[in-house]
Amino acid sequence: MSGDKRTTKIEIQNLSYAYGGNLALRNVSLEIPANEITVFFGPAGGGKTTLLRLINRLNDLLDGTEMSGNIYMDGNDIYAPGTNISELRRQVGMVFALPLPLPGTVRENVEYGPRLAGLRQKNILEEIVYNSLMQAALWDEIKDRLDSPAHSLSGGQQQRLCIARSLALTPQVLLLDEPTSGLDPISTGKVEDSLYNLKEKYTIILVPHSIQQAARTADSAAFFLMGELVEYSLGKKIFTNARDKRSEEYITGRFG
Amino acid sequence: MSRRHWAQRAGFSLLAFSALMVVIPILIVIGSIVMRGMSAMSWEFLTQMPRDGMKAGGIFPAIVGTILLMIGTAVVAIPVGVGSAIYLSEYARDNFFTRSIRLAIVNLAGIPSVVYGLFGLGLFVIFLQFGTSILSGSLTLAIMTLPIIISAAEEALRSVPTEFRTVSASLGGTKWQGIRKIVLPQALPGIITGVILGLLRAAGETAPILFTVAAFFLPKLPESVFDQTMALPYHLYVISTQVPGMPLEIQYGTALVLLVLVLTLNLGASILRSYFRRRRQW
Amino acid sequence: MLDTKSTDQPYRKWVEFAIESLIRVIGFSSIGFVFLIFLFLMREGLTALLDVSWGNLLGTRWYPILDIYGVLPLLLGSILVTLIAILIALPLGVGTAVFVREVAPGWAREILKPMIEVMAGIPSVVLGFFGMTLLAPLFLKYLGLATGLTAFTGSVILAYMALPTIISVAEDALDAVPKSYRDASLAMGATQWQTIWRVVIPAARSGILTAIMLGLGRAIGETMLVMMVTGNAGRMPLTLDSLFRPIRTMTATIAAEMGEVAQGSSHYHVLFALGIILFLVTFIINLAAASAIFRKRRRGGLR
Repeated sequence: MSGDKRTTKIEIQNLSYAYGGNLALRNVSLEIPANEITVFFGPAGGGKTTLLRLINRLNDLLDGTEMSGNIYMDGNDIYAPGTNISELRRQVGMVFALPLPLPGTVRENVEYGPRLAGLRQKNILEEIVYNSLMQAALWDEIKDRLDSPAHSLSGGQQQRLCIARSLALTPQVLLLDEPTSGLDPISTGKVEDSLYNLKEKYTIILVPHSIQQAARTADSAAFFLMGELVEYSLGKKIFTNARDKRSEEYITGRFG
Repeated sequence: MSRRHWAQRAGFSLLAFSALMVVIPILIVIGSIVMRGMSAMSWEFLTQMPRDGMKAGGIFPAIVGTILLMIGTAVVAIPVGVGSAIYLSEYARDNFFTRSIRLAIVNLAGIPSVVYGLFGLGLFVIFLQFGTSILSGSLTLAIMTLPIIISAAEEALRSVPTEFRTVSASLGGTKWQGIRKIVLPQALPGIITGVILGLLRAAGETAPILFTVAAFFLPKLPESVFDQTMALPYHLYVISTQVPGMPLEIQYGTALVLLVLVLTLNLGASILRSYFRRRRQW
Repeated sequence: MLDTKSTDQPYRKWVEFAIESLIRVIGFSSIGFVFLIFLFLMREGLTALLDVSWGNLLGTRWYPILDIYGVLPLLLGSILVTLIAILIALPLGVGTAVFVREVAPGWAREILKPMIEVMAGIPSVVLGFFGMTLLAPLFLKYLGLATGLTAFTGSVILAYMALPTIISVAEDALDAVPKSYRDASLAMGATQWQTIWRVVIPAARSGILTAIMLGLGRAIGETMLVMMVTGNAGRMPLTLDSLFRPIRTMTATIAAEMGEVAQGSSHYHVLFALGIILFLVTFIINLAAASAIFRKRRRGGLR
């Protein structure tokens, strides 16, 4: 994907964020295109995960935070008063660094979100389970084990189950926070493959666990350093031809 | 061997001795009550009304009364206790009010049982005019068991990993949905254990029911929550101190029934706890 | 997109709000109960101060039939029985806790832990019954006393009532001592015993203090077994041999006499006044114990 046909899915404007008195994000502005994989990368503590959690308002669960600036999805301010947060989180799925299956079976994990949303019909749920596991490239491996405990799957399978669990809500945006950090290379490959397929339908924001992964998966990339957005480029050119000296040094491995 | 090692030997022996001094009397108490109480045990003893001014017959109404009081206590104490625990573990922030609640719970746990009895008499029996009744007794016992249930349930809720709550929220769940679908089911074994321990306390206490429900001698079963009832611990007190010429056998028999009831519940709670701890997925 | 908006909006918001409000109300109920207990004790007990003169209340004789309500013998009786009980329970309890935590081999721990739990579950009326029927005759026979039902008999059994509390709190305190303290001591060549005696126990002392406080609270409020084994004679325990004579505590007095008084009489109100004293004493004891608990909590960084 390239050229001028990009549409903006999420727009972040002058966003600053602090918790416990520490500034985690400084005046970040950025536009995230629809149906692409956007990568947030940089050294630990740069604010990538914080920004990710702000996009589906997961940090609402924390106390003692301060925020200024705006986040728009499809032009709507997601922090506007009266926003239905549950609905927002259904549209913006999240996959965490560690596979976190909920207690219960594989099927129960996938059905969890739709059931909370009030969906009860057996046949529709059945279909959702199939579709989600299919899209997460997991169906063939575990189609006979839908009713076994989710924690009995391997780490890679668990993480794809977590992706499937988010997809079950047919979100528009999928946030992934180092989803392969605990996985072996083969499982990592499988997760990445499923992401390539997913971007046709979803807008994906990925915090990769390595620069290599960033370079492999990115359609566009943002480099974060100590709460600051240092450089943002559409396309992969940041990896070969960074404008900012700090990004270049990080990418070529001179620090971080 | 050096002096230091002799000192260590002597010290360890002293520690072992104190442990023995704790355990052996307990074994003697249980052993003697079991041995002497067994001879009173019979189907009649457990299922018949007392006769001859309690010097013959069974202790059926006392057993039923204690069970009814436990049920009454459970009905009140479980929702309030578990609700409080949910509040403390899931909703409360660390502020002045929360600290006040914790302080209140610590104090509830420390108030003497006979003071609960006075309170029950003042509020339920006299002020609310429930009379000496199962209702008054159950409410009094329920408030007394609250701190036990609250602390056990809160600990169980807190031991459920935070991540589950985050995941549930990220899938569009409201706070209450996360609690109901994930946190509560996972904490349930711990909560049940706490409830059992609370009810066990309620079953064995005498002082709180002295003036709120207990009947000295009432050879019939209660018909409503406004009736008095006999209860095992009070019955044991009565027949061992208030009735001259009481056959020792019946006294030991009553003590044994009460002991068995309480120890069975205790055992049940421990088994439940270890069973679920092994089965836990996190 | 999942079509959920229809089922979602106002209904669920309302449910969420209703449940959260309910839980908040329930959460605060404990404060309400403590307040209610205090209120109703005051309501029935304060009248005693109007009915009965201070001189009478602070007297040294308790003869309700003659309208003589001196609470001092009862107060001193409670204090005597409680203190002796703690003196017995403390070394046994701390010793057992140290044994279980630091010294005992695995199998001994497996036996001791459930035994202590069982002990905590034995109803006080059963212990009282045991003391009355087996222990008191034994003391009578071998200590050469006039009666087996004495303050000492009460203290001994009361000690076993307070032991589970003391042991479990002391165990928690030992648990909280960092392993690095022990390692450092052992690394400097101290024996295990020296480590326990010089490092672990001193480090756990605030927790052990909490154990003492909670044990005191438990013992002073105990009713049934005290009533059954102390003989219930309301006399001032001022001489040395008082320990081996019958005595009467506040709790036993309330339990024994409340059933027989006329509601609204001076005697009735004075018994409630005894309840107020017990409430305040245990309140202060628990406050002191709790402040130690909270200090530990904050340092431990619990949520």
